[in-house]
Amino acid sequence: MSNQDIRKASTHISQNEGLIFEHSSPGKKAYRLRSLDVPEIDAAAELGDALRTESAALPEVSEVEIIRHFTRLSTWNYAVDHGMYPLGSCTMKYNPRVNEVVARLDGIAGAHPYQPEMISQGALRIMKSLADQLIEITGMDAITLQPAAGAHGELTGILLMRAYLESKGNPRKRVLIPDSAHGTNPATAAMVGYQVENLRSNQNGMVDLAALEAQMSEDVAGLMLTNPNTLGIFDEQIAQIAEILHRKGGLLYMDGANMNALVAKARPGDFGVDVMHLNLHKTFSTPHGGGGPGSGPVACKAYLEPFLPKPVIVETVVGTLRLDYHRPQSIGRVRAFFGNFGMFVRALAYIMANGPDGLRQTTEDAVLNANYLRKKLEGTFDLPYATPTMHEVVFSDKLQSKLGIKTGDIAKRLIDYGFHPYTVSFPMVVHGALMIEPTESEPLEELDLFVDAMKSIAQEAIDSPELSRNAPNSTRLSRLDETAAARKPILRWKPEVK
Amino acid sequence: MRYLPKSPAERTHMLSEIGVASIDELFAPIPAQFRLNRDLCIPPQMAESEIVDWFRARAAENGSGYDILLGAGAYNHYRPLVIDSLISRGEWFTAYTPYQPEIAQGTLQAIFEFQTMICELTGMEVANASMYDGSTAAAEAVMMAMRITGRTSAILARSVHPEYREVIATYAKYQGLPLTEVNFTSNGRVDLAALDAAITAQTACVLIQSPNFFGTIEDVAAIADLVHAKGALLVVSIAEALSLGIVRPPSQADIVAMEAQSFGVPLSYGGPYAGVIATREQFIRQIPGRLVGQTTDRNGKRGFVLTLSTREQHIRREKATSNICTNQALVALMVNIYMDVYGREGIKGLAEQNLAKAAYARRTLGAKAKVLFDGAPRFNEFVLQTSEEAYEISHRLAEKKIIGGFPLTKFYPELGNAAVWCATELTSRAAIDAAASEVNA
Repeated sequence: MSNQDIRKASTHISQNEGLIFEHSSPGKKAYRLRSLDVPEIDAAAELGDALRTESAALPEVSEVEIIRHFTRLSTWNYAVDHGMYPLGSCTMKYNPRVNEVVARLDGIAGAHPYQPEMISQGALRIMKSLADQLIEITGMDAITLQPAAGAHGELTGILLMRAYLESKGNPRKRVLIPDSAHGTNPATAAMVGYQVENLRSNQNGMVDLAALEAQMSEDVAGLMLTNPNTLGIFDEQIAQIAEILHRKGGLLYMDGANMNALVAKARPGDFGVDVMHLNLHKTFSTPHGGGGPGSGPVACKAYLEPFLPKPVIVETVVGTLRLDYHRPQSIGRVRAFFGNFGMFVRALAYIMANGPDGLRQTTEDAVLNANYLRKKLEGTFDLPYATPTMHEVVFSDKLQSKLGIKTGDIAKRLIDYGFHPYTVSFPMVVHGALMIEPTESEPLEELDLFVDAMKSIAQEAIDSPELSRNAPNSTRLSRLDETAAARKPILRWKPEVK
Repeated sequence: MRYLPKSPAERTHMLSEIGVASIDELFAPIPAQFRLNRDLCIPPQMAESEIVDWFRARAAENGSGYDILLGAGAYNHYRPLVIDSLISRGEWFTAYTPYQPEIAQGTLQAIFEFQTMICELTGMEVANASMYDGSTAAAEAVMMAMRITGRTSAILARSVHPEYREVIATYAKYQGLPLTEVNFTSNGRVDLAALDAAITAQTACVLIQSPNFFGTIEDVAAIADLVHAKGALLVVSIAEALSLGIVRPPSQADIVAMEAQSFGVPLSYGGPYAGVIATREQFIRQIPGRLVGQTTDRNGKRGFVLTLSTREQHIRREKATSNICTNQALVALMVNIYMDVYGREGIKGLAEQNLAKAAYARRTLGAKAKVLFDGAPRFNEFVLQTSEEAYEISHRLAEKKIIGGFPLTKFYPELGNAAVWCATELTSRAAIDAAASEVNA
C-alpha cells in the first residue's frame, strides 16, 4: 500500500525546533520576581565561601519562546490522545480529565506532607478511601500506597516476604521467576538479596507444574508470578501453584501489571496470592506522563500486615485519621513522605467514576478488544500459543521473518499507518514477539483500522518489503542510530566552541 | 460508562466475530471458583460533578490558604502558570516511556535538556532522566558507590533527612551493606574528626546532605578531601534544589542525588516529586535509570534516543544496576520548564530572595527563642530551640492559619524543644511576624 492510501493518518506540517539552549540570549527572561518585603541581603556576606561564583548556564528565554518550544516538541510525540497505543503490558488506556482537575485543587496540590494531621484530614481520607477500595478490588487484607512505581512495589513486596520469612526463622535463599517475567522481577529479587532461579513455562505458556514441584524447597522464599502472564494467558493452575508453594512454606507474589484483565472479575486474594503490587498508571488510569510518575501500591494478606512500610493510616475512635509510626516489625520506609499522592487522587477519581459495574464493563471490554484483534490477525501472523488470551495477545514474526521482515520492522511500519507500535521482542519466551494490548479504550473503528494496517503490512512484507525495512517513512526523523548513541554517549548539550 | 467507547450492538458484533456466545466465555480460563459473581463493594458510579464535589470537600478538610513556614524536604515555591498549561497537553502526559524514538522526539529532547540543566546546576558531568524522589535517589547513589568501589559499607551523616536515612536503611539491609552514622558539631556541620575516624578501607561512600536537614550548608570541599584521601566516594544529597542558585555546587562530589521538587513541582502531600542522580562521566555505566543520548537518523539529522540500556533491568535482569523502570518523566518536564522560566539570572535572584526571607525569619524568631547552629552558613532553613514543645507552637499557629516548623524531637532528642523552620520567596513578612508573636521566649 502506498502511504497515500493509509486511512488513519496523513502527514502535516511539523515545526522545526532546536534545543532550548539554542534560543538563549543574555537578558531575555520569562519571569518577574515578587517585590521583596524584607531587607535585602548581601549574599556574599551571608554565605562566605559557600557562595556560588559562577551561575549555572541555564537558558535565558522569554515566555512565548517557552510556550512555543514545548508545544512544538509535544507535537513530535505520539500519545494515547492521538489514538491506539497498544504497548503490551503497559495498559495505555484513556486518562480522564476530571482526574487532572481534582489533583490540582488548592487544598490537595498545595498540601505540605508535614502539615499537622488535623489539617490533613482530607488527604488522609483520600488515601484511606483508595486503600479500602483497592483492598476490596484485590481481595487482600491490607495495603501500602508508599511505593512510587511498579518496580518499587515489587521491591516492597519482596521485602515484606523476606521480613515475614525471617520472623519465622529463615529468610530462605532463592526466588523463582518464570521465563516470561518482566525484567523488573529478577532485578528486584536481587536487590532483596535473593538468588534468582528461572522457572520454565509449559507448552501452553503456563507454569510447568512438574518443574515447580521439583524446584520448590525449603530454600525457596517464593514465586513471582504475573497473572495473566506476559503472554496474556491466565494460569488456570493458579490454585495448584499456590498450593505447591504454601505446602513448603513459600509465598506467592503476584506482579499486578496485568490487573486490567481481572478487576471486578476475579480477585488475587481469592486465588492464593499472598502479596502483590498494582500499577495505578496502568490499571487505574493515572497518566503515564512520558515515563512516569507511576504509583505501585502493595496489597497483602493479614500475616504480612505487621511488616508494611511505615507509617500506616489508622482511624481513631472519633472517626478522624492519623498516621501510625509505631510499627516495630515494619520493613521501614521505601520512600520519603507517603508515596505519589497525586496519583492516589487520580486513581480514586477513576474508581469513583466507574463504580462496580463500570469497572466490570471496563475489564470485559479490555478482554473483548484483545480477543477481537487476536481473531482478526490469526493466520496473518503466527500465534505461538493457542491457549486463550485475556487482555493482550502475543504473536510472533515467524511468517514475516522468512521474508526478512522482523517484529521491529513491522513496528516501525505501524508508525506510518498512524499507530504507536506494540511491545517489540517481549516476552522473551517468544522469538520475535509482537505483544499487543489494546485496552478497553479503543472503539471498534480504531481496532478495525489497526487490523487493516497489520494485514496491509503483512502483505507489504511480500510485495514491497523495503517499505517496512526503511520505516518509518513519514516521521520527522528516520530510524535513529542507537548503536552510535551507546558507543560514544552524548548525554548533555554543550555550546559550540566558536 | 462514559470512558468506554462501545455500544451494546458493537459488543455483540465483536463477540460474534470472535465466535463466542457471551463475554463470559472469554473469562473461562479463570477457574469458576475464582470468578467474582457479585458486585465489588465500592461506591456506585458518580457523575463528574459529584466527583469534583467530593474532592473539593476533601480539599476543604485539608484547609488551604495557610502560610507555610515549613520545609524539611518539601518546599513551598511559586509555580509559574506556563508549567501546568504546557504539561496538560495530551502529547506530554498521555505518552509513555520513549521506546519508539521516531514518535517520541518531544519527550526525548526534553529529557536531554533536563539532563543538561541538572549538570549545569550541580557541577556534575552527566545526569539521568530522573529517579522516584530524593530519598530513593540517595539510596540508589549509595548502592552505585558500592558497585564502583567494590567496597561494602557506607557512612551517613546524621544531618541527612531522617526519612532519607530510613529509606537508605531499607535498601541497604539485604545488600550486605552495613551503615554507620556520623554526628554533627555545634555549628550543625558534619563532625570532620569523627568522620575521619569512621572511614575504613571498606567504606564505599560517605553520604552528606547540603544544605543539610537543619538548613546548614556543609563544607563540601573539606569533606571531599577527607573522603577521597581514603579512597571512598562522596555522595551529596540535595533536598532543596533552589539552593544551587546561590550556593556553590558540590562539584567535588562523585555522585549528587537530588530532589528537584522545588523547581515547579506541587507539594501535593509529598508526591509525585522528581529525584535525579548526577555523576562524573567515568561512572556512567554504573548509573541507575534511564539516560537519553544524542544521535543521528539515517539522513544525518540530529535526534535523541534512550541509551546505555544494557545497564537496565529489561536487558540485564538480575544483574541490572537497579530495578527501576518507570521514573518521574512528567515531573522532570515540570522541572525543565521551571528552569527555562527563571533561567540563569532568575534562579539566582529567586535564591537570593529565599536567603533574605530566611535571614529575616531567623532574626525575628531568633529574638524570641534560640537559633541553633549559628557558626555556619545556611540557605532558607534554620533550627529554632524554644522553651515550649514544638508541637504546642504548631498547634497555636495552625489556628492562625500558619504552618510552623518541623519538630525535631523525634529524630534529634538531644536538641530539646527544637524545630526546623523555612522561609521561601512566598513567605510574607507579615506571616513571619505573626509566627514570631506566637513563640514564647
